Amino acid sequence: MSDAHTAVHGGHHPVDPSVPVEYHHEENSLRIAGFWVFLGSDLVLFSCLFATYVVMHGRTAGGPTSNQLFDVTGFTIETIALLFSSFTCGLATYEMRRGNRNAMVMWLLITIALGLVFLGFEITEFVQDASSGARMQTSGFLSAFFTLVGTHGCHVSMGILWMSGVVVQLIRRGITPITARKAFIVSIYWHFLDAVWIFIFTVVYLTGKVL
Amino acid sequence: METNHKFHQETGFPWKHIWGLIASLVLTAIAFWLALATHQPPALVITVIVILGVGQLLVQLYMFMHFTESDDKAWQVPAIYFAIFIAFTVVAGSIWIMSFKALVA
Repeated sequence: MSDAHTAVHGGHHPVDPSVPVEYHHEENSLRIAGFWVFLGSDLVLFSCLFATYVVMHGRTAGGPTSNQLFDVTGFTIETIALLFSSFTCGLATYEMRRGNRNAMVMWLLITIALGLVFLGFEITEFVQDASSGARMQTSGFLSAFFTLVGTHGCHVSMGILWMSGVVVQLIRRGITPITARKAFIVSIYWHFLDAVWIFIFTVVYLTGKVL
Repeated sequence: METNHKFHQETGFPWKHIWGLIASLVLTAIAFWLALATHQPPALVITVIVILGVGQLLVQLYMFMHFTESDDKAWQVPAIYFAIFIAFTVVAGSIWIMSFKALVA
């Protein structure tokens, strides 16, 4: 960490050692604050898709209902994979603040792997649904379902690509204020996606099995 | 320079993360059991599991996302709570207004 301070501040500007490296530089703090505002707007975007889904849930138009469609094993594995990936992603930030680049990269790679497990099960589920006749154009329920869950899946795919890019930069440049800020932002994005999934798990899958 | 207390100091074993993981797994397990293994009325089950989901959101924010940390004022805290308020207004308002016809018919 001290090398990073010297590189950025020229070694003559004192830096509070209790401030994490990703907050060194005013611009880094502003970018992190700005990303929180984006997460707020993304939350509102998802709430519109949730509202649409809840309203359209009963409009099955002769197609399958949620109770017939949802596979308990599949969505349980997806949930567990994402919960553990949020944990490993948190450990990556923890190691980043301790200055352990290799441990941090390892936790990020485990997070990406768990993200891929999640995506694999989700894509399998979508393909099986579509091949059994439950397509996006089948009913209002399925349009809303694929839009909501698919938007979350797109976010996870983006997060995997993004996190992979950050891992490459960490391997090439080490933990600097800039790579640390990028890693911190992608990690709060990842935790946010886990929180959104919990609501999909609750409002879509579990509720779909109860009603 | 005085020590900055606004940041969580990452020393020792990551207990905060372990407790966060355990809390999220326990909340998931309770929701799963309520919805799939008991035969309570659906309205009760859905109310309880949505409350458990809010608990999960708070676990992510406070245990994993360094929600209250900032080198200045933590502006993200009111921003995110405002976003949560808008989100619940949109969802609850949609449910209310779309079920209104059934109530007056």
